[in-house]
Amino acid sequence: MDTVTTDDAPTSPRDLGDALVELKGVNKHFGALHVLQNIELTVHQGEVVVVIGPSGSGKSTLCRAINRLETIDDGEITVDGTPLPEEGRALAHLRADVGMVFQSFNLFAHKTVLDNVTLGPRKVRRVPKAQAESEAMALLERVGVDSQAHKMPAQLSGGQQQRVAIARALAMRPKVMLFDEPTSALDPEMVNEVLDVMVSLAREGMTMIVVTHEMGFARKAADRVVFMADGQIVEEAEPDEFFTNPQSTRARDFLSKILSH
Amino acid sequence: MGDYLSGLWTVFETYNVLDAFWVNIQLTFWAGLFALALGTVLAIMRISPIASLRFVGTAYVNIIRNTPLTIIMTFMILALVFQLALELSSDLTTSFFRFAIVGLAIYHASFVCEAIRSGVNTVPLGQAEAARAIGLPFLDSARLVILPQAFRGAIAPLGSVLIALMKNSTVAAAASVTTETSSVMKVAIEFNPNYLLEIFGVFAIGWLILVIPVGLLTTWLSERLAVKR
Ligand SMILES: Nc1ncnc2c1ncn2[C@@H]1O[C@H](COP(=O)(O)OP(=O)(O)O)[C@@H](O)[C@H]1O
Ligand SMILES: [Mg+2]
Repeated sequence: MDTVTTDDAPTSPRDLGDALVELKGVNKHFGALHVLQNIELTVHQGEVVVVIGPSGSGKSTLCRAINRLETIDDGEITVDGTPLPEEGRALAHLRADVGMVFQSFNLFAHKTVLDNVTLGPRKVRRVPKAQAESEAMALLERVGVDSQAHKMPAQLSGGQQQRVAIARALAMRPKVMLFDEPTSALDPEMVNEVLDVMVSLAREGMTMIVVTHEMGFARKAADRVVFMADGQIVEEAEPDEFFTNPQSTRARDFLSKILSH
Repeated sequence: MGDYLSGLWTVFETYNVLDAFWVNIQLTFWAGLFALALGTVLAIMRISPIASLRFVGTAYVNIIRNTPLTIIMTFMILALVFQLALELSSDLTTSFFRFAIVGLAIYHASFVCEAIRSGVNTVPLGQAEAARAIGLPFLDSARLVILPQAFRGAIAPLGSVLIALMKNSTVAAAASVTTETSSVMKVAIEFNPNYLLEIFGVFAIGWLILVIPVGLLTTWLSERLAVKR
């Protein structure tokens, strides 16, 4: 095994808080496919972790398991010390604390941009309408789409939609944000407007788990890069260390492929 | 020629066609309303994460959809009214009328449920996932995110169910609701066989006038209200 363990060595230059998301011995199968194999991962308060790896290695499944959009076969996942509830209200409460941004945006297609952002606070957090709307407008301004507040999602560009999706997740005041390839569905000229928002979030201390192949983002904002292949975490390191001096052959192979063009 | 026209006139003075159609419209309205409510509940059961609810919803739809409407209507009257002496009103005619509504609603709810489910299939999975991800429990995701989009995707099939319901409201004759078109037409023709084609024609045209706008309206609505993605 060419796995490099970083268990006892603090890898981040920043001061990290307590463990916020912990995965212990997590396994999941899709039929015969062992898609998550003994995953051990701890993400601390305020930490930004980039998950990178070949397509089909289980990155999305890992991300989705953390707010239980996918169930796991065994192991344990805790968020802020609480194990993920099975179903029902308790699970809904936990999900409210975990923001998720999808590759395909998934804005509510029948609601305006503003209503997309206020729906969660109003229906889950019971925030009064006027307050929810003024907070939503502030968030939309922060991600630079406040002028689009009364449009429908389909009228926005991909980059704008994804920034609204980030605002929608932030409106819940989540403890941690999950991003599953947030820029992969975007035209190249829109990638940066979304990454800029994510970098500023990271700078403000948001705890983030980001599946992405954007090395620029990883170098700028990540505390740690986690490299996955075939359902396993193969390597973890600080971004510079990982990109300049990958330890495993698989990571080297993978990096040579994404760097060669 | 004058005799012919005045004879025809007498037929339609004797048998009030408009009243007859009005009964069908009322049956359709109330049965449609209840069928929509029950069908929506069934659809929610069928997409719910609770297996027992899904089972009940599926069983209802499969049993009711595959039972002939006349049998359901006859059952309402023979079993419920005559055997069990249930009544939905102290006035027997009103009671029959209401049982006819119940029977029509029970039957068409299964088709409403399937129409809504076809609408649910037009809603991408990501919509439900996004709803769950912001912490909405199942019922809120269904009510606030999935169903509003599903209904818009289901307008055309719901229109077909409504048209079927309008036409099926004539089966209320089996529930002894007499003043509606099929019974009126039958009696009118029985006593005026020389005007058979004319009487039949008037009722047929009446039905066309009722049904065609519904089809046009639902087609127009389903395009207008389609969710843009
Ligand atoms: N719902 C599913 N059912 C069956 N197989 C799945 C499902 N979702 C993902 N997979 C499979 O699991 C593997 C990992 O998928 P995924 O987590 O999406 O990988 P990644 O995001 O790293 O590309 C892939 O081989 C994929 O085909
Ligand atoms: Mg993926």
